[in-house]
Amino acid sequence: MRRVYSLYSTSVGKKYTMAVSGAIFVLFVIVHMFGNLKVYLGPEAFNHYAEGLREFGEPFLGYEWFLWVFRAGLVAFLLIHTVAAWQTSRQSWAARGQKYKKQEKLVFHYASRTMRWGGVALLLFVVYHILHLTTGTLHPDFVPGDAYHNFVTGFRSVPVVAAYTLAMIALGLHLYHGIWSAFQTMGLDGPRTKRWRMPMALAVSLIVVLVNLSFPVAVYTGILQ
Amino acid sequence: MKLKLHVWRQAGPSERGRFVTYDTDASEHMSFLEMLDVVNEELESNGEEPIVFDSDCREGICGTCGMVINGRPHGPWKRTTVCQLHMREYGDGDEIWVEPWRADGFPVQRDLMVDRSAFDRIVAAGGYISVRTGSAPDANAIAVEQVDAEKSMDAASCIGCGACVAACPNASAMLFTSAKAAHLNLLPQGQPERYGRVLDMILTMEAEQFGTCTNHGACENACPKEIKIDVIAMLNRDYMKALLKAS
Ligand code: HEM
Ligand code: SF4
Ligand code: FES
Repeated sequence: MRRVYSLYSTSVGKKYTMAVSGAIFVLFVIVHMFGNLKVYLGPEAFNHYAEGLREFGEPFLGYEWFLWVFRAGLVAFLLIHTVAAWQTSRQSWAARGQKYKKQEKLVFHYASRTMRWGGVALLLFVVYHILHLTTGTLHPDFVPGDAYHNFVTGFRSVPVVAAYTLAMIALGLHLYHGIWSAFQTMGLDGPRTKRWRMPMALAVSLIVVLVNLSFPVAVYTGILQ
Repeated sequence: MKLKLHVWRQAGPSERGRFVTYDTDASEHMSFLEMLDVVNEELESNGEEPIVFDSDCREGICGTCGMVINGRPHGPWKRTTVCQLHMREYGDGDEIWVEPWRADGFPVQRDLMVDRSAFDRIVAAGGYISVRTGSAPDANAIAVEQVDAEKSMDAASCIGCGACVAACPNASAMLFTSAKAAHLNLLPQGQPERYGRVLDMILTMEAEQFGTCTNHGACENACPKEIKIDVIAMLNRDYMKALLKAS
């Protein structure tokens, strides 16, 4: 307990929790992207995959058990990540009461400056995304159990495609700085790691953004019907 | 050359400050601080208060000087402190904004002079090793790996100027603190106190109203001694080890 407390009592420790929870989101985003690629195999394959998520672990686990544990875990990590982001941001805002009249941006890359508003955008997007394609609350033609139908009909509107596009840009920037930054925060900077961590962060974020954006584009252009 | 200077003037730590504009005629052979010296002579001869700024060695080794010039700590030149900046950088008619380091951890004392004693407290918390005093030890008694000696020397070149804090969008003191910790943590002599040092220095840094590091990298780009953020990764790693060793 004391260790957990001391981890959380300094900004260095808070950053660790952000890096670990962030890394879990990164893995989730990658797995989520791979799962969605099944949409290109047609309605049956995709619905089978969606149903598979609900049946995962049966008969050892009950129906949807795995899914709910998984969701609870993600929400818990999101809470940790967001609270730590809020607290460290406040500490930083308070550390420069008097602003500069002129300030050159000396940062490594632009992405690091988007982490805070980009993170808030992602949070809003996650809420919208769940209401759109999980619960169907904000979906014009939601059919429970027919994930393929919901997917394809969900992207037939310009504002929806625009919202997803903006969210993916925010995600790409957050991932690019976040992945690199997590290595630095966790002290992973061996001579070899140091060489590939930034290019790898760029590659992963580009792949995630492009693949995820391909879905609404494929629907909108009629490739997916 | 004719210059228009906008200089931050603040009468005391709790007074309100503001920019005051001065027109001056400088020679390209002057250093930036000599240019300010000339402005000050003029101010004094007019019975006005001179602009207060810190400087000592004026050759880039003591870390006393420091101000933000047109948005850049220590001015536009790389690998230099403001005392090493020369007026040949500027041309006739240039406008120059001069501000103090802006960070709550470095309260402004007067004009461009800030109180950097927070750095002294961070160093006092862990920037030492315990050795038996007495006659000088044999020079080669403790073997140090060449790579570690180099890295330690690089970290030790930190002059404590504070430009890293000034440049950081979060006003974080991680580069300085990490450099001071790494300098000792990389050497055999620094091992006995290593993890206690890490905890004590980080806790002291936290208490000094600096912000939190988000790996922007601005500190590395502003540092006149080119300290790399590798030292920050090392401190992060050592902090984890320290927590595992403690309790
Ligand atoms: C709730 C919404 C979110 C907010 C408010 C948020 C905010 C932040 C902030 C402020 C940082 C610190 C920036 C830095 O230290 O460099 C950060 C880091 C990070 N975020 Fe997020 N984020 C959110 C969601 C996400 C998501 C969905 C992912 C994954 C796809 C993610 C992955 C990361 C990673 C890997 C880091 C790096 C941690 C580190 O710097 O060591 N975040 N986030
Ligand atoms: S790390 Fe560089 S910028 Fe920071 S105090 Fe040391 S010398 Fe100055
Ligand atoms: S006065 Fe010593 S470094 Fe500038």
